[in-house]
Amino acid sequence: MAKPIALECRGITKTFGRVVANKNCDLEVYHGEILAILGENGSGKTTLMNMVAGIYFPDEGRIFINGEEVTIASPKDAFAYKIGMIHQHFKLVDLFSATENIILGLEEQKKYNLKVAEEKVDEICHKYGFEIDPRKKIYNMSVSEKQTVEIIKVLYRGADILILDEPTAVLTPQETQKLFAVLRRMRDDGKCIIIITHKLHEVLSLSGRVTVLRKGEYIGTVNTAETTESQLTEMMVGKKITLNIDRAEPQNVTDRLEVQHISSVDALGNTVLDDISFTARSGEILGIAGIAGSGQREMLEAIAGLHHLTGGDIYYHNPKTGQIDDLRNKTPIQIRDLGVRLSFVPEDRLGMGLVGNMDIVDNMMLRSYRKGRGMFLHRREPKDLAEHIIHDLQVVTPGASTPVRHLSGGNVQKVLVGREIAASPTVLMAAYPVRGLDVNASYTIYNLLNQQKERGTAVIFVGEDLDVLLELCDRIMVINGGRIAGIVDGRTARKDEIGLLMTKSQEKEDALHGEN
Amino acid sequence: MVAFLVSAIRLGMSLLLGSTGETITEKVGHLNLGIPGIMCVGAACGCYAEYLYFKAVGVAVVPILAIIIPLIAALIGGALMGLLFSFLTITLRANQNMTGLAITTLGIGLSEYIINEATTIFTKGSKYFTAPLIPFTDRLGVFGDLVLEYGVFVYLALAIAIVTTYVLNKTRVGLHLRAVGENPATADAAGINVSKYRYVATCIGCAIAGLGGLAFIMDYLKGNWEYCVDTIGWLAIALVIFTVWNPTIAIFGSVAFGALYVASSYIPGVSFAGKALFKMLPYVVTLLVLIITSMRKKREHQPPQSLGLSYFREER
Repeated sequence: MAKPIALECRGITKTFGRVVANKNCDLEVYHGEILAILGENGSGKTTLMNMVAGIYFPDEGRIFINGEEVTIASPKDAFAYKIGMIHQHFKLVDLFSATENIILGLEEQKKYNLKVAEEKVDEICHKYGFEIDPRKKIYNMSVSEKQTVEIIKVLYRGADILILDEPTAVLTPQETQKLFAVLRRMRDDGKCIIIITHKLHEVLSLSGRVTVLRKGEYIGTVNTAETTESQLTEMMVGKKITLNIDRAEPQNVTDRLEVQHISSVDALGNTVLDDISFTARSGEILGIAGIAGSGQREMLEAIAGLHHLTGGDIYYHNPKTGQIDDLRNKTPIQIRDLGVRLSFVPEDRLGMGLVGNMDIVDNMMLRSYRKGRGMFLHRREPKDLAEHIIHDLQVVTPGASTPVRHLSGGNVQKVLVGREIAASPTVLMAAYPVRGLDVNASYTIYNLLNQQKERGTAVIFVGEDLDVLLELCDRIMVINGGRIAGIVDGRTARKDEIGLLMTKSQEKEDALHGEN
Repeated sequence: MVAFLVSAIRLGMSLLLGSTGETITEKVGHLNLGIPGIMCVGAACGCYAEYLYFKAVGVAVVPILAIIIPLIAALIGGALMGLLFSFLTITLRANQNMTGLAITTLGIGLSEYIINEATTIFTKGSKYFTAPLIPFTDRLGVFGDLVLEYGVFVYLALAIAIVTTYVLNKTRVGLHLRAVGENPATADAAGINVSKYRYVATCIGCAIAGLGGLAFIMDYLKGNWEYCVDTIGWLAIALVIFTVWNPTIAIFGSVAFGALYVASSYIPGVSFAGKALFKMLPYVVTLLVLIITSMRKKREHQPPQSLGLSYFREER
């Protein structure tokens, strides 16, 4: 390559206690190039980059910047070598304005002057095409705006090497396209960009080369132009796997849950749900798409009896009795006493779903403790169930009596989903059930949802990956700012169509706010 | 009436010093419940230094030294307690609440020991502190009495409060300091030395609080030691919340607290038990402020986000 080498890592190893996060990893990036680092969760992508950014210090290995060997002991050292990292969890002080966050930590010779800094921020925005108000407080910002602040922050420091950790995980397709356009502009400006991701299509559309890590080990680097999706998957997972979701045609579709005009407000009086109506049918997966925080969580919680509604009704068509029950503003126990078999996999696994310090058996009992007679608990049944789940879903755990907090994210999720499915629900609601899971575990969960659908359960699936929603769901409801933006057919809808629905009326709302 | 206000202001200034010190430590994320003990130690160190100085020089007292020596002693006493608190919570990562309460108990005991080594009467030294700093104020009538006729502590407290507000809000150091208290991981990633900021700010804050203890004895009590300096410390902590972490608002807040606290002595016919109820008022007001600010949910009026939390970089 004619382009000069910007960053080179040789034989990097890092361990946390007995866990090996990175083992003998190599990496090289050139100026004016976008390199993708691909790997499953826990493959050590972020750890490796954290060492380049000075957050961690490698146990072994050498790092070269522009051909010279360097020691990066702290984030400050990283700045000095013009390395800037945009973390997955934004490192911003909520209370500060964009500019205050951007200049945080800078030791300039000049006197502290917010005005001058704001002008410089404006200049950078102009150069690369960012849209942001330097005086806006972080807590008033959308996720995409926060990310913009993070990127400007490293550019303000004159970074030449930009590392982005899963930048698109929280963005809508439109925002992603905007981000990619900015990144390409930076690449053309001679900057070196490293993007950490596990989304193959992003790798293929954006990067020049791909470095693949697996379980902390360096697998190899390939040119994007000369590779295929299946080759990358194989490198990433270590074996040939077919990632297909078998979407069966819905059978015996009947209305199960009828939600009519529900509305609610939060503690501050802001509208969270605004006149939402839909029907979930048995034998069908209803997908729910939307930007995080558009009301998905509240909607599911309202159905589960955990969120108070100010208006509307939720009707449950009981397949056993043929009766129609109103679930509105009933407690979870009242709902259960009506004979409604409702299962809920909340997005906050260890907060709402499971108790971290209790073992798998105890967590099973959280759902069944009321069954027992007398004052003592019966541990045998839940124990059998726990063993059953561990076996069927291949939960990696030392045993059924291990506190769930010690399990990895994917295994925690399997325990939770397993428990909820074991109740043989007629309605199964799952919010982001694959968040933080690796490819294999994700597909296990998808298949479980499909099995439930074939059993005749009405499945409601809240997802963030539109590709998956389109592959898995029969119908997709797009929710936006607490309203329904549209319900589309999962087999015929296009991604950009959904993306547009996710953001469109939001922009309208923003315009309204602007007028106020 | 004038006497009441003057008394309120003079009590208020020791509160102001205490709360300014606590605000600085809270702004870097240290919930320091050791302030009452630290104010005790500051007061005791200052008084003991004064006692030693008078013993050494006999009658040849230099007024400026009679002020500066106790001041420095109080600052050092407070700072050392702050250093102990920082070492326990930053380096050893002990729980801040527990450490703070232990420091309070320790400080009260330590101050009693120091005072019992010396004497409980410092009226002679107190004269230098209460002497009006600005000359001829007695000829200016009520205005002079109320606004100008104060000793060194009142002006010192005001200056410290205003400088602290300025530094916190208008300088780079202040920006970094607030970032450490709001979100230490972010500050760390931005290249700010979190431990250093926490150590330095806590020691400075505690030194200022120590000064507040000395002000209470020398200025408000006119040199008569009483074993109740810690009461002022608790009031100072309440004042931090009352003034939503802003030392400039604390200037007025401290006078209001001082007024509520001394009011019972100036209202005729309040029984001894009734006085205790009056002294409770500042805390009641603080509770009200807490309720109001949490109801209004204005982000600027909330405590620093990582208040009370230790920070360890490689925690996963």
